[in-house]
Amino acid sequence: MARFMPLEEAVATHLKDGDTAAFEGFTHLIPTAAAHQAIRQGVSDLVLVRMTPDIVYDQMIGMGLARKLVFSYAGNPGVGLLRRLRDAVENGWPRPLALEEHSHAAMANAYEAGAAGLPFAAFRGYRGAGLAAVNPNIRQVTCPFTGEVLAAVPALRPDVAFIHAQKADRKGNVLVEGIVGIQKEAVLAARRAVVTVEEVVEDFAGLHPNLCVLPHWTVAAISVVPGGAHPSYTHGYYERDNPAYLEWDRVAADREVFAAWMKTHVLDAGPGVFAERVAGLGVER
Amino acid sequence: MSVDNVTPGEMMTIAASRALSNDDVCFVGIGAPSAACNVARLTHAPDITLIYESGTIGTAPDVLPLSIGDGELCETALTTVSVPEMFRYWLQGGRITIGFLGAAQIDRFGNINTTVIGDYARPTVRLPGGGGAPEIASASREVFVTMAQSKRGMVERIDFFTSFGHGEGGDHRRRLGLQTKGPTLLVTDLAIWKPDPETKAFTVVSLHPGVTRQAVQETCGWPVRFADDLDETPPPSDVELETLRALKARTEAAHAGRAGGGTRKGPNDG
Repeated sequence: MARFMPLEEAVATHLKDGDTAAFEGFTHLIPTAAAHQAIRQGVSDLVLVRMTPDIVYDQMIGMGLARKLVFSYAGNPGVGLLRRLRDAVENGWPRPLALEEHSHAAMANAYEAGAAGLPFAAFRGYRGAGLAAVNPNIRQVTCPFTGEVLAAVPALRPDVAFIHAQKADRKGNVLVEGIVGIQKEAVLAARRAVVTVEEVVEDFAGLHPNLCVLPHWTVAAISVVPGGAHPSYTHGYYERDNPAYLEWDRVAADREVFAAWMKTHVLDAGPGVFAERVAGLGVER
Repeated sequence: MSVDNVTPGEMMTIAASRALSNDDVCFVGIGAPSAACNVARLTHAPDITLIYESGTIGTAPDVLPLSIGDGELCETALTTVSVPEMFRYWLQGGRITIGFLGAAQIDRFGNINTTVIGDYARPTVRLPGGGGAPEIASASREVFVTMAQSKRGMVERIDFFTSFGHGEGGDHRRRLGLQTKGPTLLVTDLAIWKPDPETKAFTVVSLHPGVTRQAVQETCGWPVRFADDLDETPPPSDVELETLRALKARTEAAHAGRAGGGTRKGPNDG
């Protein structure tokens, strides 16, 4: 049952040391504010899960929150590589990071299996791909009907999923639209889900009947954080802050510059700064 | 249009765009493939279906996206589906005619590496990884690749098999149970390459205007084979070049139009 609460309380209540945590968003609706709150809270030994770890995971890894990353594409979208992730993988700084690497198809199937309550996902994938040789969680299963050999990966069942969405209604039902990505599956696969939203509306009356709505009883906590997906975007609210992605490439290139940037923009800040950050990025509504 | 004015990158994009047809359903990789696919849509293939892995089907962006999930892709798409649906129904379901990929590292058999430089466990450079590419390469009916030539990019042996092309060549795909054609076209800034029917090794079938065999060999890490009946790629038409340049100009203006400092680049693999 969804409870509305400040982001500080939502993260403190639902994210614990050692958790397997998915902060999902496929380029769109990335839950940056929630990830920054986790960094401020100083949680440790996380297994971070995400199809497309980008800037926020670079930040969490660079701050030493994670011991392992489960992922399928780790890059700064449109810019290049993740330099804090590279430092962790190549040099063990600030701590070594174990990798469990998949393809997008595998991760998408694994989330779906988690949401469906299945132990694993079967799909036609990884044929000839090198990942099958370096990731012991990529195995094979034979179709009992046709004999076709398919790839199998374990279901993803995070302890907690964090997503950002456009809006909630007063009851705590959550609406996601635009590029919906993997968020619905991540929420339904996870044991607990925390959602940040741009705004709360009275109800969802009059909206299109097929919009992606997560019923309030699938969500543990909702926090209202306008701009909470910055520097990614929220369809219908604000656009992607492309210069911020370019700037990150410079910030993340140096450990000291990174530490100073994190102190100013994350450790000494709070969820309230996100509304200011998207002030110049609005779209016509 | 005078060939002298055309950059190698423009020639690459335009040559790649010509390989796409109006009836294609194309799974588009970001960067160079994205530019080629949209030039095709804006010139000879107005009804081509462009699909990006964020779930946007039948998208028609006015500017090139910086990422596979830009809002522009969703706003101009026929429909937008979830990521699991994208990979299960549309890609694995066999609906994609062309998977169009870029590459950090490629070998002569069209095997692609975007995972690591060096050893997987102790990489010299940790690259972003495969994303959708492993299954785009196996489930699309055929695969086109476009990339600028360099000795670092076109190598004798790739460090990691992110996406399987023709493996060791010959019938290697069949032996793995892959029913799709795999890489059938490589378009670089210097030439057009196609796999040899038997060995499946990429062979230069057409040189872009003004390009020498020597220039192709000097920017390629394996001994280059040239087709006996080597063609010259037709130069860009006025329409092709104007379309590409206008698209790039709109893209620059759109992505530079927002607040914030820093130098801006065009779309990049990422």
